[in-house]
Amino acid sequence: MASPPGAEVCKRSGRCSGRSASGSPLPDRTGHLAAEPADPARVSSRQRQRLRLVALVYSAVMAENLVPNLFLELYFVLQLLTARRMVATGDSHPDPGPGAPDSVGSPLFRNVHDCVFFAVQVLERQLQVLSYLDKGTLKLLAENERLLCFSPALQSRLRAAYEGSVAKVSLAMPHSAQAVSFQPETDNRANFSSDRAFHTFKKQRDVFYEVLREWEDHHEEPGWDFEKGLGSRIRAMMGQLSAACSHSHFVRLFQKQLLQMCQDPGGAAGVVLGEAPDVLSMLGADKLGRLRRLQERLLAPQSSGGPCPPPTFPGCQGFFRDFILSASSFQFNQHLMDSLSLKIQELNGLTLPQPEPSEDEGESDVDWQVRQNGGERRQFAVVMLSLRLLAKFLGFVAFLPYRGPEPPPTRELQDSILALRSQVPPVLDVRALLQQGLQARRAVLTVPWLVEFLSLADHIVPLLDYYRSIFGLLLHLHRSLVLSEESEGGMCFLNKLLLLAVLGWLFQIPTVPEDLFFLEEGQADGLEVDIEASGRGLDSVPVVDQHLLYTCCPYIGELRKLLASWVSGSSGRSGGFVRKITPTTTTGLGARLPQTIQGLQAQLAQAFFHNQPPSLRRTVEFVAERIGSNCVKHIKATLVADLVCQAESLLQEQLVSPGQKEGDPAQLLESLCSQLCPHGAQALSQAREFCQKKSPGAVRALLPEETPAAVLSSAENIAVGLATEKACTWLSANITALIRREVKAAVSRALRVQGPEPAARGERRGCSRASSLAVCAAISPLPQPQPQPQHDSSSLCSCPHQDVLALAAGPRDPEEGVSPEHVEQLLGQLSQMLQCRQYLCPPAEQHLAKCSVELASLLVADQVPVLGPPAQHQLERGQARRFLNMLLSLWKDDFQVPVPLQLLLSPRNMGLLAATRPRQWDLLLFLLRELVEQGLMGRAQIEACLGSLREAQWPEDISKELATLFSLFLAEPHIPEPQLRARELVQPNRGTVLAQS
Amino acid sequence: MILTKAQYEEIAQCLVSVPPTRQSLRKLKQRFPSQSQATLLSIFSQEYQKHIKRTHAKHHTSEAIETYYQRYLSGVVKDGAAPVLLELANEMDYAPSLMARIILERFLQEHEETPPSKSVINSMLRDPSQIPDGVLANQVYQCIVNDCCYGPLVDCIKHAIGHEHEVLLRDLLLEKNLSFLDEDQLRAKGYDKTPDFILQVPVAVEGHIIHWIESKASFGDECSHHAYLHDQFWSYWNRFGPGLVIYWYGFIQELDCNRERGILLKASFPTDIVTLCHSISSS
Repeated sequence: MASPPGAEVCKRSGRCSGRSASGSPLPDRTGHLAAEPADPARVSSRQRQRLRLVALVYSAVMAENLVPNLFLELYFVLQLLTARRMVATGDSHPDPGPGAPDSVGSPLFRNVHDCVFFAVQVLERQLQVLSYLDKGTLKLLAENERLLCFSPALQSRLRAAYEGSVAKVSLAMPHSAQAVSFQPETDNRANFSSDRAFHTFKKQRDVFYEVLREWEDHHEEPGWDFEKGLGSRIRAMMGQLSAACSHSHFVRLFQKQLLQMCQDPGGAAGVVLGEAPDVLSMLGADKLGRLRRLQERLLAPQSSGGPCPPPTFPGCQGFFRDFILSASSFQFNQHLMDSLSLKIQELNGLTLPQPEPSEDEGESDVDWQVRQNGGERRQFAVVMLSLRLLAKFLGFVAFLPYRGPEPPPTRELQDSILALRSQVPPVLDVRALLQQGLQARRAVLTVPWLVEFLSLADHIVPLLDYYRSIFGLLLHLHRSLVLSEESEGGMCFLNKLLLLAVLGWLFQIPTVPEDLFFLEEGQADGLEVDIEASGRGLDSVPVVDQHLLYTCCPYIGELRKLLASWVSGSSGRSGGFVRKITPTTTTGLGARLPQTIQGLQAQLAQAFFHNQPPSLRRTVEFVAERIGSNCVKHIKATLVADLVCQAESLLQEQLVSPGQKEGDPAQLLESLCSQLCPHGAQALSQAREFCQKKSPGAVRALLPEETPAAVLSSAENIAVGLATEKACTWLSANITALIRREVKAAVSRALRVQGPEPAARGERRGCSRASSLAVCAAISPLPQPQPQPQHDSSSLCSCPHQDVLALAAGPRDPEEGVSPEHVEQLLGQLSQMLQCRQYLCPPAEQHLAKCSVELASLLVADQVPVLGPPAQHQLERGQARRFLNMLLSLWKDDFQVPVPLQLLLSPRNMGLLAATRPRQWDLLLFLLRELVEQGLMGRAQIEACLGSLREAQWPEDISKELATLFSLFLAEPHIPEPQLRARELVQPNRGTVLAQS
Repeated sequence: MILTKAQYEEIAQCLVSVPPTRQSLRKLKQRFPSQSQATLLSIFSQEYQKHIKRTHAKHHTSEAIETYYQRYLSGVVKDGAAPVLLELANEMDYAPSLMARIILERFLQEHEETPPSKSVINSMLRDPSQIPDGVLANQVYQCIVNDCCYGPLVDCIKHAIGHEHEVLLRDLLLEKNLSFLDEDQLRAKGYDKTPDFILQVPVAVEGHIIHWIESKASFGDECSHHAYLHDQFWSYWNRFGPGLVIYWYGFIQELDCNRERGILLKASFPTDIVTLCHSISSS
């Protein structure tokens, strides 16, 4: 068929504006010319008749969808309505005199009055479409003075439509990037082939977000270049993705982030349209100009670029496109296509709300309304926008190797390219998905994303047989979407309008041959799909609203901009008050429920669901899935945790039992597991019990109150069965491995707590206490009830400790020293802290133990520099003894880690004593005796230490004194009499005397 | 203690070429009496570490090691009880503990057949009694206890401080009834990066959503904060969303510039916490 007149006009105004077919005058819209007033009286009656007739034909052609793009025609009509004046071109025809016959060749529009008259004539016949536009457009139309002047009736109907419209588009806050959350189920070590792959991916995630943040910060700066700024870092990161499994992890992250950030086609940048006055009127007239300039500055780059813009990647989408381009990784692209294809199929097949054919219409309506208000329409929008985004990127990547800046190939080249390309299978069988979508009456979901996919095709694609047939189907669909036909069960008006808008846009994209629309007629026969077939599908559900229409087709907003620019007096697309659309958030895309049902029971269950509303099935499957999963978690937290506790106590027994040589940890683990794993069998019975107990209540809570008792109990039973099956399948496959893993972790934890020195282990009762404490802490994350904790902690104690030790070790300033009160306070704090234990960790306690021994050595050697009158620089011996007693009680009662008391007799500390003049051994002897008496050290142990001390090289006098000390210590009765000790106390110099003797 | 960049730089200025001893710290405290000891020590320690990082290499050339060792030997021959090693470190503007390590390593090379392993040296530094030479043992010990920025004792103190602030934070969270997962629980679940606490139900602090809290028992200066951002905080954000960092010993005010982005800095446990209300009747 030949091009209809409307299309001819449209091509002139849209794609090839400015090109004059003949020398006729053209409507001019440039802003610097004042608008010429239009007057209906100046349209001659002959001209009226002629224009009316053309308008009638033109409207009929539009109504029957014989034009490729409805909105382009409307745009043209509004351009005529808002033409400022006519400019003559070349040999312009003079107005034919009255009475002269109108030749077909004479220009249709001779002046502005003709233009406006024609436009109003057409608009009168398009009122239905117009009334579905957004409220802002309606207001501008209703307030247009030319329209009022030429057709007051149309104006009043438009005003009524405006007042009745609820198609408001709300202002939105720009949202900043949110990261994809880490989910242990898919992201932890168990999902990777090796530690290396796991850690590589860990780094990649961080690099990816680092790059994203940098892009956010800089991409709007002039002169910033994606490739220059980030390209090499991206490629370095992609280079690390050696394992195929890492690629799929990264692609999943990439795709999730894409969905999270860009679902709104404008991304954070938003789409610009809306209703001007209510925000602007608040600001006052003087600020209006400034605001507009500001808005132009902010939003000009996001302008949708005319009524028929080429496909773009606005806002955040630009990041993902540039990332793909910079990465230029074949593997990444392939994994990405796989992942996108899968997700598209998954979402495209999602069960979305359908009107339920119910005998009771009233109830069904209520049900639908409830679900609609509860966000079912929003769910559709989320799914559809996600699909469009994914399909756009799939198209981008799939056709990337074939697309370039160069012009389409010439006819001669085409044939060889076609031969090559026609044998390449499509990346995703979109034709089958389209056919299924049409048959299932889900075109409103499938077609919009398919259009996005095709919009990124290269010039050759529409010529390939496979894709030609798709275009054929789409043309056929386009023709069938007659807006004026509203039948019961047919497609809703806005659904149709959306499809017309996206298809119209597709037919105008440069890579789609211009003549395709007019030549392909009747070629879809072979693939004829019974679109007319009655039956209800998504298409007949009002899932599309103006918000979604404008979100998907921001270019429809150009109509409003055109009208606004007429009001503001400026020209082009700078006019128009622009607003943002609320971004749709990503929430649960409703992962598909796994279909693991088998056997006769499963078949019976299927049969049960067949005649029930789909929501029942969804509910039961949902409950089963959740309860099954909760059940596994519960078993982990109870049964497995109990077994781990048992493992810990078994381990303790093995470690502390005397004579039990510590075995190889692997062997230890084996023996523990062989004892404990058989208990895992209890898991299945516990799981059954859990599901039996929990599922029915959940089903009852989620199903309508009025559900018949028999249906309810069947649903409950099926839910119990499914949940049990799910839980038991998982448990029987995994329980042993799970127990092993947890026990292994507990064993290595316990061994770590035990500390690195096996020799010291079990040496003191404090050891077992410390480890049992650690085990106890490992089991319960909450601290045990403690004495009132003061924030009086190890660091507050260790710091002064270091100071005292440093002071003692010197060098020190003359005025430096410690007061006895300070030492006492320090020891008191230490004791308090050890008793409270709130802030202690084993390494800190070990260090404190060592420091306390050092302090004791200093006291014994009288090396603590005391503050006080210059004569008395040393600690009074009675006081030193008191401090030693305090230390002894700390070691005995407060420390729970082994105290390295043998350090007291280390050559270094003995050297401290040896260096003092005069040497006094009494405190050391006292200390050693007390250690033995209080059971802190064995006699044999001390004897061994003294023995090895004597072997070291000492000056002769010291050797002699050591020998005396040794014999004195040995001579001491095992249980010394108190009198003897008392006597020592009053004879402070006895040690020296003794040594000199 | 939140400091402006200028205030911080004034303190840092006083720390150029100051040995890491308690005397230096005392002087610093006298100079800035309004700052807490812990904040000053933290700043001192960080500044000193920067200084050491810059100069580390020159102390490890074989010539330098030889010179130090000879000076040590001649010093202890003269008087073994004098603080030879400590004074050498101060004179060379190097951390006493690190100087002790250089000399010990050199000493062992000379006296043992096989070059000493790192773990042997570490163990001797932890417990100088194990050093075969009594004089050197005393010298090393003196260096370690007199060094307030490096050495096993300082490491242990730092570790203890970090631990105790985590405990403190945990207590505060429990007191506020905020349920959380701690680092050990997260690790057990296989998280690849683990902040100190992840809140099971997010809260808002000063109008910002918080999913996790990290405790830092140090002062947040530019250098350490940027390292933490890169290695930890952004990684947490990348996995768990926005969160809160508490620098218990304060930070430079200007660093708190990523609030909108999702990293909030505080110098204490926040008082302005808004929790999710459990009334579903309104929705």
